[in-house]
Amino acid sequence: MTAPADLSVAGDPQAAEAGRARFDELIAADSRVEPRDWMPEAYRKTLIRQISQHAHSEIIGMQPESNWITRAPSLKRKAILMAKVQDEAGHGLYLYSAAQTLGISRDEMMAQLIEGRARYSSIFNYPTPTWADMGAIGWLVDGAAICNQVPLCRASYGPYGRAMVRICKEESFHQRQGFEILLELMQGTEAQRQMAQDAVDRWYWPSLMMFGPPDEQSPNSAQSMAWNIKRFSNDDLRQRFVGMLVPQAEVLGVTLPDPNLAWNEAEQRYDMSEIDWTEFEEVLAGRGPANAERLRRRREAHDEGAWVREAAAEYARKQAEQSAAA
Amino acid sequence: MSTPGETGTEPWPLWEVFVRANRGLSHVHVGSLHAPDADMAVRNARDLYTRRNEGVSIWVVPAVAITTSDPDAKGAFFESPAGKNYRHAVYYTKSEGVKHL
Repeated sequence: MTAPADLSVAGDPQAAEAGRARFDELIAADSRVEPRDWMPEAYRKTLIRQISQHAHSEIIGMQPESNWITRAPSLKRKAILMAKVQDEAGHGLYLYSAAQTLGISRDEMMAQLIEGRARYSSIFNYPTPTWADMGAIGWLVDGAAICNQVPLCRASYGPYGRAMVRICKEESFHQRQGFEILLELMQGTEAQRQMAQDAVDRWYWPSLMMFGPPDEQSPNSAQSMAWNIKRFSNDDLRQRFVGMLVPQAEVLGVTLPDPNLAWNEAEQRYDMSEIDWTEFEEVLAGRGPANAERLRRRREAHDEGAWVREAAAEYARKQAEQSAAA
Repeated sequence: MSTPGETGTEPWPLWEVFVRANRGLSHVHVGSLHAPDADMAVRNARDLYTRRNEGVSIWVVPAVAITTSDPDAKGAFFESPAGKNYRHAVYYTKSEGVKHL
């Protein structure tokens, strides 16, 4: 038995050479890279960026829904919504933990988020004005997230893949409860049906944007695919998602807001209208409908929780002192 | 160098979490978390890893207390069982078709 090897072999070119060969071997064999393995600096950086953005998305993603906890139409729906928001917090924690194995601290990631230096999924910068938005978020936003996340369970970085397995298991309840909210509204009064359709109209396009820019404008995709972090291209995943939505929309009785949406038999894919990428860029750049509000709320929560973190640390220190004295 | 995730910049220590799904089963590693002390680690582990009845018992272990085999010496360290497939039942094929063997 020896102590775990140093994460950094920067000072030892021979060890770095062996490490690189081992890394290439692991990737070629579609095996997994673990935290103590040597890895290229760019691989580490890419993962830190991707996993921390993903974690931030889960944490910020609590806000649009927690907005409705106090106004949920029944006690059952309130309990479900609370469970879902609690899940999002848990997902954020799994992902922050995975990112921490790459050598970045939780505090640094939190600082990046609240200082506006880190990104999170642009979808959470849209407001949730009606109860039907809880349905549309579950069905469309969580649906798109699942589509993106299932292949990530096989990401080459072990801790990331393991976090994703856990998240995907819990995520399917999120999508189903959203679908059920919409279904109940669609079986309700005319006003309720309109509310459901309006929410679908507002969330459909942003949920398609969640898969990221078109393949030819996604410069990092090729490298991520070569590293087995990403398994399918943005456009392929978007197609797969739309393919799932079409029959589900029929069951709901809602119309997907795209007049050009049609199955193309010759190409075995859906034809659809051009996505408004200017809107995507604007929201990503911080000029979406709720960017400022989301960050302000996150900062407040962080500041207001400072005394809890201090108290916990102080309590731990005192307990350690007492047990040392005993 | 310590356990991955356990860096000097983290204010709280890292804990490895083990959950027993049911009586009669062993505790299985499910993940890790940061917490100021063992009590808080157990409470946080409950909230984080057992929201859906995944367990009836939780262990938390300070990550620094874990000693690992050297990951780079993998080949040499685990060499002994290699080539000893006679340690597995499937090595013995002559008894094929014989019942209860």
